[in-house]
Amino acid sequence: MTRIPLRPLARVLRARDRGENPDTIERENLRLRHEAMRDRDRTRAEGRLLVLSIFFFAVFAVVGARMGLMASSAGSEPRARAGGAAITAQRADITDRNGRVLATNLSTFSLYAQPPHMVDKERAARELVKIFPDLDEKRLVEDFTGSRKFLWIKKKLSPEQKQAVHDIGDPGLLFGPREMRLYPNGALAAHVLGGASFGREGVHSAEVIGIAGVEKAFDGYLRDPENGSPLRLSIDMTVQTAMRQVLWGGMRLMNAKGAAGILMDAHSGEIISMVSLPDFDPNDRPRPLLKGDAADSPLFNRAVQGVYELGSTFKIFTTAQAMQLGHVNENTLVDADAPMRWGRFRIKEFENKNYGPLLSVTDVIVKSSNVGTAKMALQIGGERQQDFLRKLGFFDATPVELVEAPGAKPLLPPNWSEIVTITASYGHGFSASPLHLATAYSSLLNGGTLVTPTLLARDKVEPGPRIVSERISRVSREMLRAVVVRGTASFGEVPGYEVGGKTGTANKPKTDGRGYHQDKNINTFASVFPVSDPRYVLVVTLDEASDNTGPKPRRTAGWTAVPVAAEVVRRTAPLLGLRPKIEPAEASALTLTSN
Amino acid sequence: MTEMVYGTLPSRDGEPILPRWWNTIDRWSLTCVLLLFGIGLLLGLASSPPLAERNGFQSFHYVERQTFFGGLAILALILTTMMSPQLVRRLAVIGFVFAFLALLGLPFAGTDFGKGAVRWYSLGFASVQPSEFLKPGFVVVAAWMISSSLDLNGPPGKTMSLALTLLIVVMLALQPDFGQASLVLFGWGVMWFVAGAPIILLIGMAGMVFLAGTFAYNSSEHFARRIDGFLSPDVEPTTQLGYATNAIREGGLFGVGVGEGQVKWSLPDAHTDFIIAVAAEEYGLVLVLAVIALYATIVVRSLIRLMRERDPFIRLAGTGLACMFGVQAMINMGVAVRLLPAKGMTLPFVSYGGSSLIAGGIAVGMLLAFTRIRPQGEIGDILLSRRS
Repeated sequence: MTRIPLRPLARVLRARDRGENPDTIERENLRLRHEAMRDRDRTRAEGRLLVLSIFFFAVFAVVGARMGLMASSAGSEPRARAGGAAITAQRADITDRNGRVLATNLSTFSLYAQPPHMVDKERAARELVKIFPDLDEKRLVEDFTGSRKFLWIKKKLSPEQKQAVHDIGDPGLLFGPREMRLYPNGALAAHVLGGASFGREGVHSAEVIGIAGVEKAFDGYLRDPENGSPLRLSIDMTVQTAMRQVLWGGMRLMNAKGAAGILMDAHSGEIISMVSLPDFDPNDRPRPLLKGDAADSPLFNRAVQGVYELGSTFKIFTTAQAMQLGHVNENTLVDADAPMRWGRFRIKEFENKNYGPLLSVTDVIVKSSNVGTAKMALQIGGERQQDFLRKLGFFDATPVELVEAPGAKPLLPPNWSEIVTITASYGHGFSASPLHLATAYSSLLNGGTLVTPTLLARDKVEPGPRIVSERISRVSREMLRAVVVRGTASFGEVPGYEVGGKTGTANKPKTDGRGYHQDKNINTFASVFPVSDPRYVLVVTLDEASDNTGPKPRRTAGWTAVPVAAEVVRRTAPLLGLRPKIEPAEASALTLTSN
Repeated sequence: MTEMVYGTLPSRDGEPILPRWWNTIDRWSLTCVLLLFGIGLLLGLASSPPLAERNGFQSFHYVERQTFFGGLAILALILTTMMSPQLVRRLAVIGFVFAFLALLGLPFAGTDFGKGAVRWYSLGFASVQPSEFLKPGFVVVAAWMISSSLDLNGPPGKTMSLALTLLIVVMLALQPDFGQASLVLFGWGVMWFVAGAPIILLIGMAGMVFLAGTFAYNSSEHFARRIDGFLSPDVEPTTQLGYATNAIREGGLFGVGVGEGQVKWSLPDAHTDFIIAVAAEEYGLVLVLAVIALYATIVVRSLIRLMRERDPFIRLAGTGLACMFGVQAMINMGVAVRLLPAKGMTLPFVSYGGSSLIAGGIAVGMLLAFTRIRPQGEIGDILLSRRS
């Protein structure tokens, strides 16, 4: 290709010399340049157009090939993409502290009807009633023949029931897949677990929502599909079983109408076992009572919701505080001359005894002297007494992870007069739940650091703020041990486990609020074991117990709650891995000599 | 002389129009267009009764309308093909100005027919979508600008046409009508490519598009969901795409039979965006391949004929029209077979729609007018080569 110069200067100059018009030469040159450029453009454009044609041809060929591929592929069953907005998220399991299942899910089916699709409505209703005797045939026929287009018949079916319904063969009877919550251990830990039921229901799935207990308290966690791990509770299933069995027996033997027991790890606040009797099966949760006393329903959790005057079990707090303030030590003699007069009130001892005139602080606890504690409480004063009890958690609802817990606030007298100071020092005129008591005992006796009650298994726990000194904690434990060895709780001795504890017997207040029942007691035994190295706190409460084996009914804790608690310790301590301390047997009289 | 004296020589001002037209037009492409229109009517018989039923018309209401508009479109097509490129350019520029003004007026006088985007003027008996008419006019105007820039000392046509393109793209995107906007952008890009865009710049732009796509994927959830839905191997059976896929499978090689298809009852866009699925279900792969072959023939033949063209304006305008036409068909079918992410785009001549039919007729008419056989100065080449 020849290059055409921008301006043909040589020719132009020559033309000028000859007197010709140079413009024609320039125009001619421009035309030539233009044509050369166009030729260049055209060759390039030809190439690029070829590229474009090949591109379009190739793309159409690919579309055609793909179309052929799709047309010849076998039609597979359409499958929905996983996930999406379906409400099928599986609820997480709940396990005990060792990973044994307390609550899990089971696939089942619900039964619903679409009457417009039904063939023989009368027959379907008749057959359904044969399978489910609780259904009403007349009502079913009415529903099927009426204007309804859809109705639920059963929320959960067993496989046998499903097959039986299938065998009816009516196209208008349909099954919706369901996930149901299953509690394989039945009533065990019923109050802890609470229960679950269906929330929003659709034909293809239904929401499972917690309605009580930890199921409701941790509903968000359990429903969160993000977390795959089960909820691990602090409950030990074996201990729970033993405790429930013993409490059940104790409740029957002592003719009590209810019982509650809490076994707590004294250092971490973990609740190893919590039982409230009577209980229920969370798989088939009874309906809540609509009228009357909620406490009469098996749904009522006595251990957490039951707020009782816990009686003499409180005395140890008074002595501990008096020692902490330096007013007394364990051997100081205090005035315990009964009855004591305070204004128009007379403070008496049990069965109008008199342990006085002077009693050592240890013996105040051992003999459970109301007057002795009252005197010490007066010396402490109402303000400081309230502060101490508040620190132990008696003024607020327990922070345990149950939806019922925040509703169970302790009942406090409206104003803390000196007579309240006196009665509160031995646990009267002041109500709290057994869980409050177990928590406070743990805080006081574990060496003196505050614990928070919890139902979740904890791996490592930092000690809380200090309540009393280590020495006072130990002295308090020794006083409680003395109560078992030579005091009101002598039935509480379990060989080898060094049980220390305090009994509490309080008359139940009348429901009309006027005074107290003389023959209805709340009997409590709060204990710690082993005393030399405190590991566990056990609180057993019996509601209206009486031991009728003697000539007249015995209604004190020492005769009712204490033996039950001792049996609980005897059964559960080995399960908890505690080794009994057996006094070394006397060495044999024979001495081995060399032969 | 004798003939002149006796008046036997017919006196004519120019050449005979029809024979010349018949001899110079791309008869294959014309046949393909007519066939496509026929297939469109055939598929309209299958796909539009559900829509007519929903809207309370007689079963073949939309087929009648399609026939009417199709007649107009073919008339417009034939008339356009008879024009000279210069006349086409003049009329197209005027048409472009009107379409552009109409597009500007949309926000004030347009309607959205409850579909969320204001794209139409309602004329009572029919509606007009100005962007459909804008596209061929735009291609001609842009080609004119670019080709004039190829002259020595010509105006900066490439820059001007790019500015115009961006203005139109922004206007269309504001409607919002991203489909038409991307078509316009694509048309300009193809013309620029053929007019000699530097390769390095093209590669750089491809990189930019990739980056922009990545950015859009990361920042726009709507966009990301579309892409994810496209990339995931399973297709949700209750989406439009799921129905379309199923329909293609059901059809197999020869289809389930005329009128036996099910997909038209479940797809709201069966008569427009997913008409190829209806075709695949009722008439099978055979018809679909025929349709693809028709489109490919039109596009590839036109491009090959344009390779011979020496006039830069005709070459560029023809390229733009052919590629826009081809890419629209390609995207529509590519979506149905899940080669491309879901994007609503009609199948030219086959899908139902008055505006798109008539505008398509005009556009293809222009294309065929540009690809007619014309003297290309071959004689000059021969003479030149002899001289040298």
